[in-house]
Amino acid sequence: MSGAATVRRTASAGRPGGFRGLRSRILNFNAQHQSMGSIIGLAVIGAVLPVIVLFPPFNGFGTQKDWVGGFADAGVFVLLAVGLNVVVGFAGLLDLGYAAFFAIGAYTFAFGASGNTGVHIPFWFMLPIGALVAAMFGLLLGSPTLRLRGDYLAIVTLGFGEIVPIVFKNGGQITGGPNGLTGLDQPNAYGLAGIHGFGFTNPWPYYITILVIIAFAFVILHRLQDSRLGRAWVAIREDELAAASMGINTVTTKLLAFAIGASTAGLAGVFAASKLSLVSSDQFVFQVSFTVLAMVVLGGMGSIWSVAAGAFIIYEIQTQGLAQLDTFVRGLNLPPFALGPFVIDLSTFEFANIKYLLYGLTLVLMMLFRPEGLFPSRQRRRELHFAEELAVDEGDGESLEAVSAGSLGEVPGADEVFSEGADPSENGQ
Amino acid sequence: MTTAPSTMARTWRPSARLRGVIAAAVALVLAYIIIALGAHEQAADQFSNALTKGAMYALIALGYTMVYGIIELINFAHGEVFMCGTVVTWWLMQTFNITGTIGDPLQLIGFLLLCFVVAMGSMGLLGVVIERFAYRRLRNAPRLAPLITAIGVSFILQNIVFVGVSNSILTVPRVMPNTRIGIGPVVISQINLFVIILAALMMIGLHLFVGRTRLGRAMRSTAIDREAAQLMGVDINTTIALTFFIGSALAGAAGVAQMVYPGGAATKFDLGFQAGLKAFTAAVLGGIGNTTGAALGGFVIGFIEVIADVYGYSNWSEAIVFGTLVVVLVFRPTGILGQRLGDRA
Repeated sequence: MSGAATVRRTASAGRPGGFRGLRSRILNFNAQHQSMGSIIGLAVIGAVLPVIVLFPPFNGFGTQKDWVGGFADAGVFVLLAVGLNVVVGFAGLLDLGYAAFFAIGAYTFAFGASGNTGVHIPFWFMLPIGALVAAMFGLLLGSPTLRLRGDYLAIVTLGFGEIVPIVFKNGGQITGGPNGLTGLDQPNAYGLAGIHGFGFTNPWPYYITILVIIAFAFVILHRLQDSRLGRAWVAIREDELAAASMGINTVTTKLLAFAIGASTAGLAGVFAASKLSLVSSDQFVFQVSFTVLAMVVLGGMGSIWSVAAGAFIIYEIQTQGLAQLDTFVRGLNLPPFALGPFVIDLSTFEFANIKYLLYGLTLVLMMLFRPEGLFPSRQRRRELHFAEELAVDEGDGESLEAVSAGSLGEVPGADEVFSEGADPSENGQ
Repeated sequence: MTTAPSTMARTWRPSARLRGVIAAAVALVLAYIIIALGAHEQAADQFSNALTKGAMYALIALGYTMVYGIIELINFAHGEVFMCGTVVTWWLMQTFNITGTIGDPLQLIGFLLLCFVVAMGSMGLLGVVIERFAYRRLRNAPRLAPLITAIGVSFILQNIVFVGVSNSILTVPRVMPNTRIGIGPVVISQINLFVIILAALMMIGLHLFVGRTRLGRAMRSTAIDREAAQLMGVDINTTIALTFFIGSALAGAAGVAQMVYPGGAATKFDLGFQAGLKAFTAAVLGGIGNTTGAALGGFVIGFIEVIADVYGYSNWSEAIVFGTLVVVLVFRPTGILGQRLGDRA
């Protein structure tokens, strides 16, 4: 929602023409029509991405087909990230076992649409079923544990995230044991819109499908964010006691965040399972939860578009960026050198090996220096830097015109908050 | 307690400490019976294995509980500190070219002492560095922030070992002769006894340090109320750094124990995650913030794990441990012994 609440900026920009005018008009439109904005925005991005990869340097890294397939996989992580964002970003609950719900969605699809069980429910019905089953498990895990303090919740979810893959791994015949289940059904488009054949050789239908699912999730989540429930989440995140005393049922509200986050992961699981056509327990280890968390933190907790951008960037760096870095560095032919006790030979070094180091650094550095993420919503940034703004009176002046316009007596950020119709209490931390 | 009025009927009521000892003895006997039913002739071995594992978990759990007690942070990176301790021990064994059991007792003691000093010292410093760079700035930030940094630090440490040392299992020879010692009817291997006694000594030392010294008092007062302690002249930063040093040093000691103990004697870059999670479970089980509880919880987890093994559910032992954690948190979040639990969400 990086573009929300720019009404004032539009007015103060005063130059309707040029790139700036266009940008503010787009952001303004998105702020007022978030559902339309999500759909149009995703449609534009969805149309542009496959074209970009036809041009250098991207066309050197793979065919358009490879890229589109990769984008469909990236879409799974975008979906996971926006789902985790509901739990972590909106409601402020640290869920470290998010991959468990992803696993549950995927295994639900494996049970409901494969030769293993002999049940062949169409993919399109499995999507809501997977989401529902995952949400049910979210409720099941959440209802006893959401009464716990925040950091205990983190540990319980971490434990849950460990248990679920173990159960699938030790499930014997039913879950296929450590090998998992293979030969899952492919979606059937019934020739709709000229699409035939979802398959390994044709990534396009998957690409379009995940775009549609993401757009659906975006619309729902944007609607939720600005609803009474969304404001309740933010209120709980900022001060649970105050929220409870204002009449918010904190347990139900948190449970809903948990269930909605879980159902998004369930959708992602169903899609990922059908695209890969197999599930196995080691796809859902703790590292997946961790990666998704890094995506949410990098993009900017609490903002749907930012989180999606963070997910896309991290996924592409992980799959394409690091591999290309290998090729690039090998081309330089650097001699091995010693770094303290370690000898580093860049000609054999694989940058993919240090991806968790990079994620770890991302988490630490972002939390220390830019807790609002790379692309924060203005509201969130000012919540997190409220104290500094009070001290300096003027934030980073380049983008925050509102601050310089406001006087000392004005509550910083009040105008944005009200223009979004959000609860003013969330500003006063 | 023992101060019942003399007019009342003189029923014998043991003191709290004595009751604790009795409860522990009963629990140990029960555990032994349960193990014996599953393991038959290996019962004694499995029993001492459980105690050894428990001692190691207890050492790690102490670090979690101390840090949580003083700054209310779940230090996710603590398990990784333990793992680094094992790697340092491995490195020492490589450097000194240890290829088998050291026969000469004097040499053996000297080498073990060296291992403990180096591992504990370096891990203690590592803990202080982590606190300084990753947590100190966030002391007054929203709770989520230091938790997320802690996870980040944990992955950084793991990945450094993965890339810088090895991505596979690192094994070491058994440095200590595995002689069996008979104590009355119980036969226990020398190594297990060594680890158990060592852990016990460290725990007693810690107990005395926290309870009897000036610095220990500073730690306790900081844990109760940071600002008030500061007003009374306690140097908060030093005290918190000291807590991290001691906690991490104990994890380093557990790391050495892991490499000496025959059930261990191997390490891997991802060892710390599971061990850390189990030790954290131990800390919660005993009542987080409570050092005695952490030690107790460590032994409980050790027994749970060994019992699961003995009955042939070793594939499930992790699931059982984490299931225990969930159940304890839901039904008795203060743990077995814990009373100290703030309510800041």
